[in-house]
Amino acid sequence: MRRLVTDTLVIAERNLVRLPRAPELLVAFTVQPIMFVLLFRYVFGGAIKTPGYSYADFLIPGIIVQNIAFGGFVTALGLNEDLHKGLIDRFRSLPMARPAVLAGRTLADVVTNGLSASILVLTGLLIGFSFHTSFLQALAGFGLLLLFGYAFSWVFAFLGMLVSTPEAANSVGFIAVFPLTFISSAFVPVSSMPEVLRGFAEVNPFTVTVDAMRSLWLGAPAHNNVWGAAAWAVAIIAVFSPLAVARYRRAAGQ
Amino acid sequence: MKSYGSVKALVGVDLEVAHGTVLGLLGPNGAGKTTIIRILTTLLKPDAGVARVDGLDVVRDAARLRERIGLAGQYAAVDENLTGLENLTMVGRLYGRTRAAARRRGEELLERFELTDAADRPTKTYSGGMRRRLDLAAALVANPPVLFLDEPTTGLDPRSRLQLWETIEGLVAEGTTVLLTTQYLDEADRLATEVAVIDHGRVIAEGTTDELKDRVGGERLEIRLDDPSRADLAVGALASMSDEPPVADGDLVTVGVRGRAGAIVEAVRRLDGAGVGVEDIALRRPTLDDVFLALTGHAAEADQDEQVAA
Repeated sequence: MRRLVTDTLVIAERNLVRLPRAPELLVAFTVQPIMFVLLFRYVFGGAIKTPGYSYADFLIPGIIVQNIAFGGFVTALGLNEDLHKGLIDRFRSLPMARPAVLAGRTLADVVTNGLSASILVLTGLLIGFSFHTSFLQALAGFGLLLLFGYAFSWVFAFLGMLVSTPEAANSVGFIAVFPLTFISSAFVPVSSMPEVLRGFAEVNPFTVTVDAMRSLWLGAPAHNNVWGAAAWAVAIIAVFSPLAVARYRRAAGQ
Repeated sequence: MKSYGSVKALVGVDLEVAHGTVLGLLGPNGAGKTTIIRILTTLLKPDAGVARVDGLDVVRDAARLRERIGLAGQYAAVDENLTGLENLTMVGRLYGRTRAAARRRGEELLERFELTDAADRPTKTYSGGMRRRLDLAAALVANPPVLFLDEPTTGLDPRSRLQLWETIEGLVAEGTTVLLTTQYLDEADRLATEVAVIDHGRVIAEGTTDELKDRVGGERLEIRLDDPSRADLAVGALASMSDEPPVADGDLVTVGVRGRAGAIVEAVRRLDGAGVGVEDIALRRPTLDDVFLALTGHAAEADQDEQVAA
């Protein structure tokens, strides 16, 4: 157990140290979310009606959940690259804790996700978003956000071990997650969607999580969404972390 | 034994390596060399059979075995975005050492492999030879008594190759046991105490490189005559030099000499005495292709559907 913790930290450190040396990834964490906030706020914002809230207030919790779900793509890319360059072979030949390579990778994502989310909130504050709740509730919102991002890092870890190239990891992740984020309450009220989509959107974990964020940051009625969102995140971790670890045990860098 | 679907990658491989010696696994791409290494380094579980490394079973004692082996692969497995020192420190910490101890060991190894000047540069700026040296250094972090080298010099320039050979020889002199895979007979010749030739997942020959060469027919003299019509005369003059009769093919006469020193001088003297003019004369050593041709009847080429095993 002690080995699992130290090995996980060693791997997390490795992934964070190399990050500033791959500038294209840093751009994905910083510039890209800012761009999306500005586009939605100023291009679509005027046309979307969000009863009770300004669009800036409505948008930020939604876009931040979408953004954090994609934070894990670095894990998929990184693991796939490690697999093909023989690093996974090296790690698997070492007397280290077996889940540590994946646990360290996903833990590093929590740090980069935190960075990315902070940049998004700052951008939001500049374009008219504000917290309507207590400091503790806002903080709880951050916690929930990081938990949700961590859950998706495991989904991406599994994808990264599953597919054959980093490009495939990227596009499979995009195709799987992108529609999920849009058929949700992230950008428009669910009530504006056609019936079939609305049915899906209402049970979508993204909707549950975005609604939970809105209750923690804007004081919107919670409808137990906070616990629902936490339960979704825990369930996703419970399903995908064993899948990813099983895949890692059998992985062969061919 | 190990199979992938219907492709049998290994079919009953029986090998033994003595402490402090080098066993070379020689064979073309896809012969099953890498699969053997992957099983012995606990990366793959065999479908059947038993393998022990340093007295430890590769399946039951896998965790303890990993403390006692080092693996350097055909793809230099280092993190390109980390520096040389960061790479070695990371590996040391994953062997359970403290940060300070891992760093000290890393510096020591960089010094030994003449990489100290590049210690703080990301390894993506390293040359191919430097990366291989760093990869080998990473395999040595824990001073493993058993070292696995999977085609350590494939793709290296001659100078880096020679450097790596010297390093490996140094390790063996210190008592390390090495299992080495290679496609090059000269590499096996230089480094290996014993050689096992692998083809289609089986061991088709075992022994020292000298023994293997003997099975191929040893070294041969190739003599090009300036007048093909005198070939019969040349064959007569050279006949008593070898156990096998010389072979004439147009203006080319070949005679086996079993590595005899002075064979060229002897042959030239005999041909001169018989009044046969010589255009060119060369002592040809058997290559991996000769070994394969002699042992299997096919050349040492990668077989497409066997690639799965690599």
